[in-house]
Amino acid sequence: MVDALQRFPEMEPPAGWRTYFSFSTDHKVIGIQYLVTTFFFYMIGGFLAMLIRAELLTPASDFVDPAVYNSLFTIHATIMIFLWIIPALAGFGNYLVPLMIGARDMAFPRLNALSFWLIPPGGVLLMSSFFWGAAGAGWTSYPPLSIQDPKLGEAIWISSVAILGTSSIMAALNFFTTILKMRTKGMDLFRMPLFVWSVLVASGITLLGTPVLTGAVILLGFDLLVGTSFFNPTGGGNPVVYQHMFWFYSHPAVYIMVLPAMGMISEILPIFARKPIFGYRAIAISSISISVLGFVVWAHHMFTSGTPEWMRMFFMITSMVIAVPTGIKVFSWVATLWGGKIRFTSAMLFALGFVSLFVIGGLSGIVLASVPVNIHVHNTYFVVAHLHYVLFGGSVFAIYSGFYCWFPKMTGRLLNEFWGKIHFFLTFVGFNLCFLPMHTLGLQGMPRRVADYDPQFTNLNVIVSLGGFLLGISTLPFIVNVIWSWSKGKEAGPNPWNALSLEWATSSPPPVENFEKLPVVYAPPYWYGSTLEEVKKAALTGGRVGKHRAGN
Amino acid sequence: MQQTTPNEPTSSTAAASMGMGTTVEAEALQHHEEHEHGDMRLFGFTTFLISETMLFLGLFSALLTYRSVALVWPPAGTPELEKLIPAINTVILIASSLVIHQASDAIKKNNLKGVRQSFLITLLMGATFLAGQLWEYAHLSFGLKSGIFGSTFYVLTGFHGLHVFVGLLLMGTVMFRSMKPNHYTAESHFGIEATSLYWHFVDVVWIFLFLLLYVL
Repeated sequence: MVDALQRFPEMEPPAGWRTYFSFSTDHKVIGIQYLVTTFFFYMIGGFLAMLIRAELLTPASDFVDPAVYNSLFTIHATIMIFLWIIPALAGFGNYLVPLMIGARDMAFPRLNALSFWLIPPGGVLLMSSFFWGAAGAGWTSYPPLSIQDPKLGEAIWISSVAILGTSSIMAALNFFTTILKMRTKGMDLFRMPLFVWSVLVASGITLLGTPVLTGAVILLGFDLLVGTSFFNPTGGGNPVVYQHMFWFYSHPAVYIMVLPAMGMISEILPIFARKPIFGYRAIAISSISISVLGFVVWAHHMFTSGTPEWMRMFFMITSMVIAVPTGIKVFSWVATLWGGKIRFTSAMLFALGFVSLFVIGGLSGIVLASVPVNIHVHNTYFVVAHLHYVLFGGSVFAIYSGFYCWFPKMTGRLLNEFWGKIHFFLTFVGFNLCFLPMHTLGLQGMPRRVADYDPQFTNLNVIVSLGGFLLGISTLPFIVNVIWSWSKGKEAGPNPWNALSLEWATSSPPPVENFEKLPVVYAPPYWYGSTLEEVKKAALTGGRVGKHRAGN
Repeated sequence: MQQTTPNEPTSSTAAASMGMGTTVEAEALQHHEEHEHGDMRLFGFTTFLISETMLFLGLFSALLTYRSVALVWPPAGTPELEKLIPAINTVILIASSLVIHQASDAIKKNNLKGVRQSFLITLLMGATFLAGQLWEYAHLSFGLKSGIFGSTFYVLTGFHGLHVFVGLLLMGTVMFRSMKPNHYTAESHFGIEATSLYWHFVDVVWIFLFLLLYVL
């Protein structure tokens, strides 16, 4: 390294806090910019959730005005989806993908910086709408509700969704090109780490789905501001067309939010179980089949929208079929853990939390896919429970897991494990207190998106609210841990977890151009539990290592 | 384009020397020698156009849905659309795609004058198309707000018109840049290729739009 620094002064790691406020084109700086910014928005979205739960502590609508309550859950969901989970995963993608495939940067560094710098204005714009009456029609923004007064908040909502969608398309384009064109020598598609696979697939979904959402909100904007009649029956339009266009993107968006999360879990489980991933190819290909199926399930969100019988049957079947590739992943993860030397680090705890909670969310998804049940529980808290098990128990747990795993790579320092575990237990307990009772509430018929409720639901709602507040508190040890460890944490060294993928083959934090020399890859990324000699031999002969077939 | 060659003996690799585990057994690809990814801009741009296609497919699907659920289409009382000008416009646009294609051939022979010529003609044809469309807008008896037919008609043609306009800006930019010496060469001319590809895209979108709005 010393030698390299003398020869190439640009090889130093990106330094100084000012870098992070600049239009830097280094994918590592941009990745951290994404993660810090989105975490900031996560805290705001979380604060809104606390306000929602404060309102729901009592059956009466007594904490905030019902119109404000409507804005609270609308903006809460919009932030969590468009300003936290999607861009946070893009942040990990930005930081990790070039390192994992042995590239020096993304394919289009300036476009990359632009994708990031659209996010703060999009987010601030969305927040600002609270000053003039924020959108209150839910994050789905269904007309005709969304094209009533007040118009300004809704117009702001539409603009920020369009801005954030643009950012997301540009980022996806960049990932797509980077992964397909910039892999280092020997990095065949089937030697890519599974996280890279998942980012590739999620980028494909973004590229094909997001423009349709943009189209939908543009038409909505025309109806709202110009007075066209796309979604207005009095002029011959049809509000259900909006629902189709919206969910054509927004259901695949669930996979944009969960595939990269699954990808991170596929990295983290083998590292901390010290075993090769089980079913490498099966996991990679199941991502592709999820993405394809994901485009033909959208109308399961619309079973009560007057959808014809044959269409409901079709979408019920396709939705249930998604459980097959998802199940392949889950069983592969469990098989990876089987007989492994599991290290219960904070990263691993969150990863195990992901697997267990995601399974619950996935199963309630199958329940919801069934038309008769769906009609019964549509727009109840059962749906709220389901989606939080997938997006919080799933995606957010994976993001936390990713923070604990790759923070040492990003900063050169380890996060404190003791406080990491406290963070995990508070989050896990808070999460289940908050969202498990919602299943019951939903089955009992408590509707979502209403500021007051029948007094019979009070007890469970108090538990839910307390769980929600506990979730709020659970972020505090994490924030303190990150701030403290960033400057004072234990030095990590290049590879604190003895992991095998390429990002660990360079210093922590990596130099500006990532690798002194670009590595050449001879083997798949998960040959844990074998010695260097065994792997060398197997790589040369194309054979197995011990009992393990490295999936490839 | 540089071809990279492995150098230096094995085990002292970036990976191994850092106490790396097993998968990476790496040396080779000397620093700064490996910018051999080639020009990825056309690939990225094509990806963008595929994404853009989905925007139009979404809007087309919306139109088709309105048509399929309507009892009568176009809705009763909708005046007959003028067909002659859009038909001429279609011919102009398809022809312009052939003209702009000449530029791709010209630049491969380093013929910048030929590039400018074909871009200029395409630009004028595109401008004629827009003028024809504006003339049509001005003479239609229905507006954006007169119901679903007007809404879809204006928003779809307007969206496409906006894309035509952006195409004209791109052509102007390429012509301006081609004045700079060596900006476009026989080997490297992304701007010309991309503009031409974009123009073909706009052309194909129009063909579908024409069929959907005027013919079928």
